[in-house]
Amino acid sequence: MGEEKEEKFKTITIPASLFKKIEERIKGTEFTSVASYVTYVLREVVEEEEEEVPFSEEDEEKVKERLKALGYLD
Amino acid sequence: MPLPKPHGGRLVNRTLSCERREAAEKEAKELPRLKLREELLSDLRNIAHGIYSPLEGFLCQDDFENVLFEKRLADDTPWTIPIILDISHEERERLELQEGDTLTLCDGSGREIALMHVESIYSYNKEEFAEKVFLTTDKAHPGVAKVYELGELLLGGEIEMFGEVEPPFSRFYLRPVETRVLFKERGWRTVAGFQTRNVPHLGHEYVQKTALTFVDGIFINPVIGKKKSGDFKDEVILAAYETLLCNYYLKENAVMSILPMEMRYAGPREAIHHAIIRKNFGCTHFIVGRDHAGVGSYYSPYAAQEIFSEFPDLGIVPVFFKSFFYCRKCMTVVNEKICPHGEEFRISFSGTKIREMLLRGEVPPPEIMRPEVAEVVKRWENPFVS
Ligand SMILES: [Zn+2]
Repeated sequence: MGEEKEEKFKTITIPASLFKKIEERIKGTEFTSVASYVTYVLREVVEEEEEEVPFSEEDEEKVKERLKALGYLD
Repeated sequence: MPLPKPHGGRLVNRTLSCERREAAEKEAKELPRLKLREELLSDLRNIAHGIYSPLEGFLCQDDFENVLFEKRLADDTPWTIPIILDISHEERERLELQEGDTLTLCDGSGREIALMHVESIYSYNKEEFAEKVFLTTDKAHPGVAKVYELGELLLGGEIEMFGEVEPPFSRFYLRPVETRVLFKERGWRTVAGFQTRNVPHLGHEYVQKTALTFVDGIFINPVIGKKKSGDFKDEVILAAYETLLCNYYLKENAVMSILPMEMRYAGPREAIHHAIIRKNFGCTHFIVGRDHAGVGSYYSPYAAQEIFSEFPDLGIVPVFFKSFFYCRKCMTVVNEKICPHGEEFRISFSGTKIREMLLRGEVPPPEIMRPEVAEVVKRWENPFVS
């Protein structure tokens, strides 16, 4: 398991001054390491930038029809 | 604030449509077949419909071990309950199954439902599984007992569903893609999810309505499926909630739909699992009360709240409540934070007490349960799973 796990993580470098700042920031928070904080922030940013799965008008209409048929929408 | 992104960033859809579906149906006829029991069919459907996003199949070994030891998938996404497909050695031999094979998954009647691309076949330690997930190896715990009944091997890999697995009470079943449209249509920007496996008493109603004072909508999402004896029957829970909603809630800010899934009674870990699922349905908040998803006295009353501090990256806001009670002096439902009166004025909403009353044929008083709800429950001679 150990070996496989190593492949799933890569090392990146950030400026030491930024590292220190983050270290300060996460004190007293629930983040236990700079890495977990940085991963969290990056994930948020990346997910924000990712395109929503296109949901065509037609699909949405189909969903609304079912919701109406079941009485969830008027 | 838009509704939250699904867990892992993308709503999974593993149901096949059109040509791919026809091809898969044909392929399925030629492949080795594995019948799934009811709970596994629910998990299969939950994966396919994105309720378990970002899972695209049953857990492979690296994810399984990471979930056990780290409470996260191998890529570090929070995940606490192993979603697994077990098989016995004999069955594996019968199927001549190897990693890399594709398998046809069938329902109890042998109808073909899905393909599974088996990436990983692995053994595991049941004691370790029980200890990590349930925090006990006591076989009297219903979740632990279940682990010891599992086959010795686990199969991991992506699934593709081409057949329908109709959930029970399907008129109350909504997929995340549907709840998300529904919430949007209602104009809700904040939604609190409420997990339940109970007939609602006044304490539940009070918790939901307290949450409703600061969010746009409440999403009541009872778990339907295999439960332990002594729990309310699914049909009783649904009938009771229908009555409660109809009499005591505004239609425009409350929605109920079901979650067909087996209860595991894993307490804290299951609370995180429940929260992730509600995030996928589009909830921004998730209500966690006392002894959430617990059983017996295996978990301390607020362990299921404390565990959330391990997941600052969960992506759904937990809302914690202490227990509520009725105070005869306040003449309403209160908790310790807002009621200065003594024990002697309190009527507690003990599940055990309510169960005993109902079994004796008594109607719980209006300080505990709405009369309309009590009336509905009384229609069943035995409203409990035996
Ligand atoms: Zn009081």
